[in-house]
Parts: sequence; structure tokens; C-alpha cells
Amino acid sequence: MTTSLEKPVATRLRRGVTPGRLSGRALLAAGVVAFGVLSIVRWTTGENQLTSSGTMTGALSLAVPIGLAGLGGLWSERAGVVNIGLEGMMILGTWAGAWAGFQWGPWWGVLAGLVGGALGGLLHAVATVTFGVDHIVSGVAITILAGGLARYLSVVAFVGEPGGGPTNSPPVRRAMGTVTVPVLSGGQVGGWDSPDLLRTVERTGVPVVADLAGVLRGLTHHVSHLTVLAILLVPLTWFVLWRTAFGLRLRSCGENPTAAESLGINVYRMKYVAVVVSGALAGLAGAFLVTVASSNYQEGQTAGRGFIGLAAMIFGNWRPTGLAGGAALFGYADKLQLSDAVHPLLVIVALVLAALAVRNILRRRYVAAAAGAVLAVAFATWFFVTDDVPSQLVSSTPHLVTLLVLFFASQRLRMPAADGQPYRRGQSG
Amino acid sequence: MTARRESLRRIALTMGAAGIALVVSLLVSTVVLLLSDADPVEVFTEVVEYGQKPAQLVNMLNKGTGYYLSAIAVAIGFRMALFNIGVDGQYRLAAMLAAALGAAVSLPAPLHVLMIVVVAMAVGALWAGIAALLKVTRGVSEVISTIMLNAIAGSIVAYLLHPDRLAVSVAGSNNIGTEPLPASARVPGLRLAGTESRVFGMVIVAMLVGVGYWVLLNRTRFGFDLRATGQSPTAAIASGVDVRRMVVTTMLLSGAVAGLVGLPQLLGASYTYGLDFPAGIGFTGIAIALLGRNHPVGIALGALLWAFLEEASQILDLLEVSPEIVRIIQGTVVLSVVVVYELVRRYTISQQQRSVGEQLAAEEPAVEGARA
Repeated sequence: MTTSLEKPVATRLRRGVTPGRLSGRALLAAGVVAFGVLSIVRWTTGENQLTSSGTMTGALSLAVPIGLAGLGGLWSERAGVVNIGLEGMMILGTWAGAWAGFQWGPWWGVLAGLVGGALGGLLHAVATVTFGVDHIVSGVAITILAGGLARYLSVVAFVGEPGGGPTNSPPVRRAMGTVTVPVLSGGQVGGWDSPDLLRTVERTGVPVVADLAGVLRGLTHHVSHLTVLAILLVPLTWFVLWRTAFGLRLRSCGENPTAAESLGINVYRMKYVAVVVSGALAGLAGAFLVTVASSNYQEGQTAGRGFIGLAAMIFGNWRPTGLAGGAALFGYADKLQLSDAVHPLLVIVALVLAALAVRNILRRRYVAAAAGAVLAVAFATWFFVTDDVPSQLVSSTPHLVTLLVLFFASQRLRMPAADGQPYRRGQSG
Repeated sequence: MTARRESLRRIALTMGAAGIALVVSLLVSTVVLLLSDADPVEVFTEVVEYGQKPAQLVNMLNKGTGYYLSAIAVAIGFRMALFNIGVDGQYRLAAMLAAALGAAVSLPAPLHVLMIVVVAMAVGALWAGIAALLKVTRGVSEVISTIMLNAIAGSIVAYLLHPDRLAVSVAGSNNIGTEPLPASARVPGLRLAGTESRVFGMVIVAMLVGVGYWVLLNRTRFGFDLRATGQSPTAAIASGVDVRRMVVTTMLLSGAVAGLVGLPQLLGASYTYGLDFPAGIGFTGIAIALLGRNHPVGIALGALLWAFLEEASQILDLLEVSPEIVRIIQGTVVLSVVVVYELVRRYTISQQQRSVGEQLAAEEPAVEGARA
């Protein structure tokens, strides 16, 4: 299906740019540059929260649910099923996680969250794979259903329990354990309180070095077990999908199900597995919200994170490393907004825009360059004239970033070729 | 004659599909009711009786008006295979800005209302237009961009709805909202026998929008192009349709209708956009457009059903059934409806293929004879 809308992508491809390969390295480079800029801005503005270990810890726990939802989206879309019901599956995960968590403890909550999300995924698979319903329609319907179901079940299960009500569950029994690396971040070895070297370095405030210490300490100090597990799921997903025969088969269903069918792959079964895993990952993201990020179920707790996860996956070009980068970026923006430290970011935005303007001048795109320069000056003025950014506006940072990324990079992105398209067994032509 | 039989069969199938979906949803509700120790028969009778009282009918109509407009906005996109998930952000931004501007100017009555309507439509269209531009210039999927724009619209509304900016405190509560609209900007309600409450005057506008939608899609060149693009972009391009322009126009239209969604409530009841202004009607609209199969009459029935279920939830409390059961019923209705519609669609196609095959088989000898 070649419509005129898809033309730019085709041109790109002909020029020999391989979009899939670009994201990993480019993201790493972008990350290093961004880190340098952050460090300098932190040093010059004195806004230590920009790279403090506290910020990083917070950013990590905000990034995990987004990343898990994104991984869920990746599994499903790699098999060719668009999963816009991630939000609904995440809601099921939060409810189930809290329900099991308040009775038997956090790990039962995690297990129940996985199951709850997987059931949502199963429903999506039944509707889209077996019945051939439009993927987006089914996803929207599941999100509507999940919200109602969670509310109803809360009334049934949580009302009357101590601390529970129609829109919130009792607190999860016990908090989930955390790990802290000894010596580097002050973890305990036996009964011995080891030194906290990174904190000492962080407090010196030396540019780059202190920032690096802040980031490292944030990733090694009081990190919950579930966070560690979630981070490990990224390389695991990569390995399963890109380095095993099963993964190759699953991805072939997303690229060309007809060809996959002709090679004897049971496309329906593959899609079912992918969508159920997808739901389970979204459910895990929900369970993380109730067991780690907070201590109980609250209605509306997912707050659109399922959609942001989907955006992180697109940002990451349907690849695990890219989506982890996207999730990290969104988590970081979210954390800065919560700790009211967004003002210095205006400088960074101004710098990025200025850099883009210079690049456009070099490429002789003067109109774009002028627009970029004007915006850069506007952001710089905003920074120098005001003392803070209204918190209400900041809360939409991840969404704005997503739009900008899609605007600038959408032509480099390449989704699985048969993503979202209906497939009927034996009806290919 | 065959064409008439075809269309009769199509209507029968559609009704049948809706009937099956309704039966499935009733079954699910019965199971849920039984699980929560209620007597389904008693609950259903009470609910139906309650829903027929005039005051409840008025509430249903009033709620349904907003749902209807929202679903029409979604349906305009659906007919072209465009998913405007952003109706929610479009109507909230539109209603809030229109409310603020409407309170700031003074005009004679009809003009004042007209100005608010035009502003709301323009804001909704512009907000949807962003997604359209992103799609045609950079190929960004409208599903993702409208979801993001929803969140951004939400934060803009939150930012502007602040005492330092467009909001004032509402007398007698700790709510804040835009300045109340003057009398000249209010749309009078319609009377219904047997109750004090009034039906929103905007219900007439909603009906006009429904008629306009039908005429536009079925009786104009634009509507034909729109449906053609939705069913087969390649065929549409081959016949000279400018798909990019169609995307932009359709999104602008959908956004303009979305801009109207908040107005029945704004001009007919609340007269201010406050923190408690109804949110989420955009998502309800998606569900109702699916229920009504993008047909203006079907959507009206869907909107009324949805509003009826929400009204009915109020009596469930008295019957000691938790009212939240309604949300499960709504979700089940939508899901079973989309599945049943898909099955019917496939059945229809296979039937058509068979009947065409039979016709061809019957004509074959004649064709051969002509050749010889």
C-alpha cells in the first residue's frame, strides 16, 4: 500500500539510510552530549537538582513503568498487533497488584499484576487475532472496559477493608526490598555500614565528575528489586526477539505474516503469545506503580503512562535500547517537573534549538534555520526574564518532547511492515 | 430489485448485530448482578421504570447531546480511517477559551452565542489541525499525536484556569472557573411536560450537526472522496483525490465539531468553565461512534443508551447494587458490538462473493455464446 503520505519514507530508504540501525548509536551520542550540556548548565546555574542522585533515583522510578509499558508495546507491535490498550492493561495490573499485594505482600502483587495485564492482553488477542477487529478500536474498548472493571472490583474488594475505598485499595503489605551497592553508595555488608564514596564526590560539585557521581549513585542507591528486574527485561527482550529462532518467527509475523505462514509458522499462535506477553508487561508496569512507586491502588494512578510508553517505543524506533532511552528521558522530565527544577531546562532547549539552527544553515535551509533561531532566542529570553516555569505547563513535557521527536525524526522511524494490518489465515493474496 | 433486497438485508443484519451485542451485554450484566447477590429481574425492571420518568429523560437528553456531538466528531475521522483520539483535548480547550472570551465581550443575544460557537469550533479545528499537519508533512500517526495533544491541552487548560489568569472563584464553593457568561450568551432550555428541568437548547444544534454530517458524507463530492479515501487510499489517489488535503480538511472538520462538544453544558447549564467541567467526553465519543457504526441515527441511539445507563446508575445505589456496574456494562457493550459487527461484515462479504459467483456462473454460457 503506497499512498502519497508514505513517500518521504520511501525516498529515505532509497538513499540507503538504514533507519533501524541508526537509533542505538545516535541515542548514545545524543545522551553523552546531553549529559555534558546538563552538567555545564548545572554548574553555571547552581541548580544542583538537575543531576543530583535524588533526582536520578526519582527519574528511574518514574521511567520504569513507562519503559515496561513500552516493552509491552514492542512485543505486540513486533508481532504486528498495535496495542493501544496498554493503558487499560496497566490499569488491570494496578488493581490486581494492589489486591494481591495488600493481602499477601508485594511479590504476590507483582505476580497478580502480571496475570491481570496478561488477561487484558488475551482479550485484545481474541478480539484482534481471532475476530479480526481493528486493533485501535479493540484497544480503546479495552481501556474503557478496564477502567470500569477496576472501579467495580474496587467497590467489591476494597470497600470495608481498613484504608480501602471505592477508588483506592488498602496499603500493600510490606514495602518491596531495595538494593544499595556497598562502598560506592553506602550499602551494608553484614553489619558494616560501608562508606558512601559517590555521595562524597557528588557533594564536591566539580562539573561532570560530580554529575556522573550523582547519576551513578541514583542508579545504585536504594534501588528496588523490581526496578532491577525491570531493567533486566530490556536486554532479555532484545535477546529473545533478536537472537532466538522464536523471536525471529515472532518478528516475521509483524513484517510479513503471509511469508511467515508459508514457512509453516503458526501466525495466530505467535500473535497470541506476543499480545499476552505485551499485556503481562503492561500489567507489571501497573504492579510497579502500586508496590514501588506508591503503596496502594488509586484510581487514575496510571495517568496515561500506557500511552507515554507507546510513545517511548515509537521514539525508540521499535527497538528495546531506543525505547529504554525514551523512557529514561520521559522519566527524567517528569521528575524535574515534580521537583520544580525545570527552569534551567529552558537554557538547554535554547541551546538545542540554536544547534539545530546552525545545522540548518549548513544545510542551506535558511527558513528553517531562521525559525529555529527565533525560537532559541525566545527560550533564552524566557529563561532570563522569569524565575520559574508554571508547573501546569511543565507536566506536559514528555508529551511535547514526543511530538517534537516525531516531527523531527518520524521519517527515520520504521515500524514493522505489517503493523496494525489485519491478517486472516489462508486468505492472503 | 436486487439492490433493494440487498439494502433490506443490510439493515436486517445491522439490527441483528446490534441485537446480538445487546443480548451479550445483558447476559454479562446478569452474571455480574448475580455475582453481587442482586436479583437481575428486579434490577432491570426498576432501571427501565426509572429511566422513563420525565426528569430522567431530560437528563438523558442533556448528557446525550454532548456525547452525540463528540461521537460525530470521532465518526467524521473514522469514515476516512483517521483516528481522532484527540476530541477530548479539542473540546476542553475550545470550551474553556470560548467561555473566557464569551464572558469578556458584550454583544446582543444571538450574536453573542454565535460568536462563542464560532470561537469554540475554530479552537477545536486548530487543535486538531496540528495533528493533521504533523501527519501530512511528517507522516506522524494521528493516533499518537492526538493522544499527546490531549495531555498538552489538559495542561494548557490547567495553566489558564488559575486565579492569576483566566479564572475567578465561583461564589459559594471552593471551585474556580472562568467569569460566568452574561444572560445574552446563554441558550434557553426547552420545556418537557411533567418536569421542571429543561432540555438544553443546544440539542437542536446537535441535530443539525447530525443532519449536516449525513448530507456531507452521502450527498456531496467531498463526502464521496472522504469515504473512498477511507476504504481504499490507492483507489482514491488513482481517481484524482488529493489525500493530503483530504486529511487536513477532515481533521479540521472533526475538530470543529469537537469544539462544540462542551457547549451544551457551557451555554445551557454551567455558564462557566470550572474545575468540575465534565472531562472525558471525547473518549465516550469514540465508544459511541463504534456503537452507532458511524451512522448519525445509530450514533444518536448509542448516545442515548450511554446516557440512559449513566442515569440508571443513580437508582442502583437504592437497590444496593454498586453503580459502577454500569461502567462494566458499557465496556462490554462496546467490545461485543465491535466483535459482532466484524463477524457480520465478514459474513456479508462472503455472502456477496457467493451471490456474485452464482450470477457469473449463470451468465457464463451467454458470454461464451456471444463470443462465438
